[in-house]
This record gives sequence, structure tokens and C-alpha cells, in this order.
Amino acid sequence: MVPQGLYYTDQHEWIKIEDGVGTVGITDHAQQQLGEVTFVELPENGPVDANAELAVLESSKAASDVYAPMAGEVIEVNEALESQPELVNQQCYTDGWICKIKLSDPDAVSNLMDAAAYEAFITNE
Amino acid sequence: MKLIFEKSQKGRTGILPGESDIKESFELDSSLMRSEPLDLCELSELDVVRHFTNLSKKNFGVDDNFYSLGSCTMKYNPKVTELIASCGGFANIHPLMPQLRGGGILTQGALGVLYEMDLMLREIAGMDAFTLQPLAGAHGELTGMMIMAAYHKKQGNHKTHVLVPDSAHGTNPASAAIAGYDVKVVPGNEDGVMDLDAFREMVNEETAGVMLTCPNTLGIFNPHIKEICDIIHSVDGLAYYDGANLNAITGRARPGDFGFDIVHFNLHKTFATPHGGGGPGSGPVGVVEKLTKFLPISVVVKRNDGTYAVEYDREDSIGYIAPFYGNFGIILRAYVYILMLGAKGLRRVSENAVVNANYIKSRLEEYYDFPYKGLCKHECVLSASRQAKNGVHAIDIAKALIDRGFHPPTIYFPTTVPEAMMIEPTETESKETIDAFIDAMIDIAKQAETNPESFKAMPKTTPVSRLDETKAAKVLDLACTGCE
Repeated sequence: MVPQGLYYTDQHEWIKIEDGVGTVGITDHAQQQLGEVTFVELPENGPVDANAELAVLESSKAASDVYAPMAGEVIEVNEALESQPELVNQQCYTDGWICKIKLSDPDAVSNLMDAAAYEAFITNE
Repeated sequence: MKLIFEKSQKGRTGILPGESDIKESFELDSSLMRSEPLDLCELSELDVVRHFTNLSKKNFGVDDNFYSLGSCTMKYNPKVTELIASCGGFANIHPLMPQLRGGGILTQGALGVLYEMDLMLREIAGMDAFTLQPLAGAHGELTGMMIMAAYHKKQGNHKTHVLVPDSAHGTNPASAAIAGYDVKVVPGNEDGVMDLDAFREMVNEETAGVMLTCPNTLGIFNPHIKEICDIIHSVDGLAYYDGANLNAITGRARPGDFGFDIVHFNLHKTFATPHGGGGPGSGPVGVVEKLTKFLPISVVVKRNDGTYAVEYDREDSIGYIAPFYGNFGIILRAYVYILMLGAKGLRRVSENAVVNANYIKSRLEEYYDFPYKGLCKHECVLSASRQAKNGVHAIDIAKALIDRGFHPPTIYFPTTVPEAMMIEPTETESKETIDAFIDAMIDIAKQAETNPESFKAMPKTTPVSRLDETKAAKVLDLACTGCE
């Protein structure tokens, strides 16, 4: 089930926007494809462009980039992932979040998919 | 089973040392002494023989049964190459010998092997000179990229990036990055090869070169290879051929004729030399005429009197990249392999490798999804996504193969194919063996439909069943401190 209220990219990231700050993670579909995550290379605080490389997830299958769904400034990272990378698998939409971005243009969310559109996207992929 | 150190018993030994014939006692200076005793295991010879014999029984290799990892890991190694490599004249020679006064004349045989190997690889590659120094495929890539960088520096070119296709082996972008270039990834097209239009658009004056594996990791030969080389040459860029999949074209097509400027071969893949547990590999690099002056030192040359010598005086060389002359014992085995087969034999190697892969593909097409249609080269990539819908993933199929006596193929690579299984049978397998493998795969596909739950308990025939696939990556214990 794809949660309502979040926005999604075609690279399988999600973003949840509250007061101009976006919390970013990867979707359930993405974590299933990755397999068990063994290491998360978190971003550093600072400016980031939309679609720029944000983090790297290493799993038993591959190392995969996570891209920023929207532009802004990284203001917080989920340090719990350093010791518990498996949170990305176990609770990808909640405790497995990767970082928070203070969005430079919150309206750019219109470029992303809502839950229904993303669900259709992964069904057709 | 216990580690050999856990079997150690203080004072136990495999030999009876004789009485010391040094009569005078003397004390070593304490600066030359170890601060604590060396931690060696103490065992009898029989303890050691049993330990390693039992370990080997738990192993599975190409000498046991079909090994669908193929040349990607290691082909079958003909035993005659081991025999030659163990000859005292080769095995006991000291690598410093050719550099000592009067030592050159005592090592003519070994130097001759290196010299002739260079000539044979030139012929196979369509290149003008080879270095045999690189100690592995990725080391060859790095050597090649350093040569590329040296060329652009000499030309006064301002180059910033290297292009690689999205299906490239991971070592390609890593090698380019270590040589100082940014890496840009060119997307693939629906035929499974690098998209020509996207490539053309990405090439500009700052493009140092392109790195290509051809056929690529999907086992597909890029039909635009000539055009790709022409485009990269139009900006004075260089085309790099990653020879990881040379097994598909040996003796039939030459990278130099496609327009490539630099190639590396993996002797341990194509030319059947042993390599396991990380080495020793060998990744000779060949170049076209205009790049020969950048090759690493040393170089084996033939003097006017017909003798061989080692030469170090090369002004534009990228310098030393390895001690001595590369992995000599491995180069020697590959040399024997090439001489034994000859030109005709090498052509039959690639022919059989390709026929075998296509045979597997055509018999399995009914049972598994193959994302790319048509003929493949020496390997075929299937997707287990049909089985995954029932909860049976590529890794479950791999475990099921183990219980049927076969080594699983590479799985989850290339990453561009979901639930990928990359099967490379190589040329050495008989039709009976390949049929048995295919029958096992078909049986597994049927079981995935009728009894998907049964896969969870597999493998059942191994000393341990499902391993924790990620624990070693998460809990690093390189010193084995937890082995008490």
C-alpha cells in the first residue's frame, strides 16, 4: 500500500511536506527491490538541487543512489540509520526516513506524483 | 567445523627437527626479537591434511560440476597449464634475476614467454603493444585510464570526464574516477545496448574517452561499435575496451579493428588461469601505436642478437604499476593455453561459448522471462520476475539449484534487469551437462508455481542452509576476534 499524503518520484523516493520542510525516504517498492540495506551514506547538511544525489544505500545486491525529490537545504539527517540501516527496510515510511530538506520552492511538489499516480506507476513499471 | 587454530595443541609438531649443529650460544639483539611469540598453530601433518581435505569437501568448484558463473569468475583450467607452471625452471626462478649482472642469460626462457605473450595478445586484440604488468582486470582498467590521462596531458587536451554505459561493470567508473575523471553514465536503449543518440549528445570537447564492454554484461554485442569509436575520436577522445567478455569473440573479432585504442584482457577469465579468493589475476593492457610510449615499465625487448632483456628507460611511461613483471605464473599458464589451442582452437572456444549460451536461452524461454530478445553472445540474462510474483525470487532459485547439484549463476546483476540471473555456461560443458542444468531450471520453474513455499527451506544439502547475507557487511570482524 502506498501511503496517502506523501509525494513520490519516478526514482522511488517519497517526500512528506510539513511547514515548508520535506522529510525524504525511499518507498516500500524500492526497499523490496534493494533487499536488506547494510549501510546508509547520509548526506551532509547544506544546499541540494532537485534530482541531485542525496544519499547512497548499500544492500546485499547493489549500491544505489537516492536522489533529492526537491531542491532546498538539508537541515537534518536520520542518524539512527548509521547503526540501524535495516530501518530503511522495516519502516521505510516512518523511522526509516533519510533526511529533512528545507524546501526552496515548496510549490515544486506539483512535479511529483501523488499516491494514486505512484501506485499506477509501479504497477506499470 | 573448527578453525585450524582451534585444533592447535601446544608442542605438537609435524616434523622432528635434528640436533642444532651450532655449538656456540649467542643472543640476538632485543631490537631484532619479537615482543611476543608468533601465534602459529601446532599440529601434526595428518591433522593438517585432514583439515584441508575436509574443508575442500565443503567447497564447490568447476572441478565438481557445472558452474554457471562462467568466465565471470573462472573458466575450467586445463591441468596441463598447471604442469608447465610447476616446472622448476619457471617456478623457482627469482624475479630479481633478470636485473642482476649475468642474470639475464639465465632467465631467457621466462623473458621469452613474456615477449611472445605480448606478441600473441597483440594478434588477438588487434593492438600494437601490450603490457603484462597489471595484476587483475580492474588493475588493467586503472592502468588503461592512466595511459588515457597521460595521452591527454601530453596532447595538452583539457578533458574532464569519461562516459560509461549504465550496464558497465562497477569497476569501470571506479577506475575512471581514480584516474582523475568525472564519470557520466550513458543510458541503455530497449535493445539492451548503450543508446547511440544519447551518447552522441553527451560527447563534447571535454570528453576524455568512453569505456565499453562488448558484448556487454547482458551478453549483447553493440551493433554501433564502429560509430561509437568514430564519435569519440572526433573530439580526440579515446575508446577503451573492457575485455571482461572477450570469451564471446576470441579469434573472431578484434577490438582494434572496431576502433578501440586501449584494451584490457582478463587472463583469468578468457585464457583459463586459476584465480580464487581474490587472486592472483592478470589484466594485460594493449594499446594502439600512438599510446605505446605511455605503457608502464618494465618492458621486455628482443635485442638484435635474439636475446631478451628488460628495459626501463621510457621517458613518457606512466611508470611502475606493479612489482617486477606482473603475475608471471598466471601469464605463463595463459601462454600455454593459447599455444595449445592455436588460432583455430581459440575460434572454437568462442563459438562453443556462444552456442551454449544461446542453447540455454532458447530452451528456457518458455519458462522464464528474457528481457532482451534475439541471439546473445556468451551469456544470457533472464529475469525471475514471473516467479517473483509467486514469492520465489532469484535468490530462491539460486538456492534450489544448489540442492540440484549446480552452482548458481550470478544473480541480481546486471542491476538494470529486475530479479536478474546471468548464466554463462562457457565452452567446456558437454550437451549432457547443459541439458541437465536446463532440466533443473525447468523443474524449479514448475515448482515455483506449484509449491512456492518449499523454497524457503532451501538449500537442504549444504552444511549450512540460508546464510545471513548481510551480517558480514554490517558486523566487520576482519581479525577474527570473535573466533575464540
